[in-house]
Amino acid sequence: MSADVSDEVTDLSTPEGDTAVEVTGTGTRPSIISDATTRHGDVPVQTRNARFTSADVADYPEVTGREGNWKLTPVDRIGDLIAGELDGGRYEFAAATVPGIDVSWVPRSDERIGLAGIPEEKSSANAWSTFGEALAITISGEELVELTVDRSSFGSGARGAHTIIEAKPFSNAVVVLDNSGAATLSENVEIIVGDSARLTLVTVQDFDDDARYLATHFGSVGRDSYLKHVVVSLGGSIVRVNPSVTLGQPGAEGELLGIYFSDAGQHLEQQVFMFHKAPNTKGRVNYKGALQGQGARSVWIGDVLIGPDASGTDSYEQNRNLVLTDGTRADSIPNLEIETGDILGAGHASATGRFDDEQLFYLRSRGISEEQARRLVVRGFLVEIVQKIGSPALEERLHDAIEAELAGPSAVGA
Amino acid sequence: MSTLKIEDLHVSVDTDQGTKQILRGVDLTINKGEIHAVMGPNGSGKSTLAYAIAGHPKYTVDSGSITLDGEQVLDMTVDQRAKAGLFLAMQYPVEIPGVTNSNFLRTAKTAIDGEQPAIRTWIKEVRGAMEKLRMDSSFAERNVNEGFSGGEKKRNEILQLELLKPKFAVLDETDSGLDVDALKIVSEGVNRAHQSTDLGILLITHYTRILRYIKPDFVHVFVAGRVAEEGGPELASQLEDEGYDRFLTAAV
Repeated sequence: MSADVSDEVTDLSTPEGDTAVEVTGTGTRPSIISDATTRHGDVPVQTRNARFTSADVADYPEVTGREGNWKLTPVDRIGDLIAGELDGGRYEFAAATVPGIDVSWVPRSDERIGLAGIPEEKSSANAWSTFGEALAITISGEELVELTVDRSSFGSGARGAHTIIEAKPFSNAVVVLDNSGAATLSENVEIIVGDSARLTLVTVQDFDDDARYLATHFGSVGRDSYLKHVVVSLGGSIVRVNPSVTLGQPGAEGELLGIYFSDAGQHLEQQVFMFHKAPNTKGRVNYKGALQGQGARSVWIGDVLIGPDASGTDSYEQNRNLVLTDGTRADSIPNLEIETGDILGAGHASATGRFDDEQLFYLRSRGISEEQARRLVVRGFLVEIVQKIGSPALEERLHDAIEAELAGPSAVGA
Repeated sequence: MSTLKIEDLHVSVDTDQGTKQILRGVDLTINKGEIHAVMGPNGSGKSTLAYAIAGHPKYTVDSGSITLDGEQVLDMTVDQRAKAGLFLAMQYPVEIPGVTNSNFLRTAKTAIDGEQPAIRTWIKEVRGAMEKLRMDSSFAERNVNEGFSGGEKKRNEILQLELLKPKFAVLDETDSGLDVDALKIVSEGVNRAHQSTDLGILLITHYTRILRYIKPDFVHVFVAGRVAEEGGPELASQLEDEGYDRFLTAAV
């Protein structure tokens, strides 16, 4: 038996840093509100996969904002998505025709629906109860294929949607869901990765400033298959993307990556769950975010569960936040549950740090302007994730998007 | 003739214990092409002088002036000072994760010159400068100072000095932590910059050993935030024999 369980909470950049997990940037340096361990105080102990599940919105009580999975979300601003009436009809999208990838609307009776997971909170169930047809992206063949689905016409009316992405056994694909424009949307995304398949799924949330978007992703990863799941959240008033991935067969591997850039007044949230269910699975979770401007807010909750049968598990999760200005708040909560001792390794890390003035001084002392120095440092901070996406075109686009964020109206000095 | 002139400079630093006065009236004039060594015991204010010239926000200039060819340096931002021709080789260069050295160097060169360097000649120039400093070419694609040893960081500072071609360079204890081979390589780089661009140098050091490789025209001894004694290179030899004790007793 070899178990290497590390519980590391490190500071990112401030030399005098502490174990900052929750940070408010109102002073000259962040004040630490609490750490990951004490946050469990008011939550009853419950194994992560033991939550109540139902696809029927009527089965859930009213959301109060005190629930463990809602308490960091501004629920008063999304009541319509959680419990209101949603339009479950089709929406416009644009996608090129790619051999080996079928994109079509399928009825609720499609046998894949519910295969990857069942809702465990009300907004997810609300969308599930509402959608008329699901948009199904089905990948077959064995050659590497790439597809971008442009979804920019959700409109501002409240919607519910369902999406299926199925990678058939032995297939190999990079799929980008490129979400932009207006949106008031609650969506479930089921990701089914067949045996020995490889799938990279990137969702880009670059909505209009007043958009509100709630998404739950259910991932099911088959035997010896690989899912790279990337969440890029840039634009929108409230964007909450909660990926929940089950490594259900031996040899399954999941790499869950995320980048977010929260501007003044934005709430960007992700509750990530990686479930090591089968033996010999490997999981990596790595989310990085930057926050800038008054009221910029981010929430990251990372749950990892290593089940009783998951011997040989290799797992690591981390979240890092870079606070660029005062007036921001980043919550970062890693949770790790281990039900077998027979694992290769499991660890988690979380760090939230302020923009490092010494880095800024160094760059400026070489003639580089403050604005450009900031840009270099933020890009450098996020580049680790960007480079892991593995799509040069998308990397280029993300670089540009990050540049645009930094050049935005709230890009003022700290 | 370019001149960096420091007059009656008083500088304090913000610490957790409050404001602390460090420099108490420093006068120094450096002409282009001259090498001035500033020596002194720990805590005498040598590094404070370096940071004050470069404009580090932690240091407050309470009175006095620093001018470069008559222009008030204290009115300039940190990056404006660099563009005006000042350079600080830092004692502890910081790491910049995710930013490659080559990107950093090109960005800095572009900022200082006001235009992008011609790509082909620039790459050649960088490569040549790195070779002379015995830096492996892989350092170009590594992140700035990340994982560099102490000696590699110092070489990287001198690399920037050679490529950015300032009028005046402040070397803040560039010799500290270097073994004799690295010390020679770094000193050669400083001497190259001195000869090729007629660089004016303010060489801050605690020890005299770097002065075997970089020959100063003037030596200033710093004690308790001001210049206690000035002289030619012979003063350095005297300090090597006697140490700083004489000044420390006098200052008490």
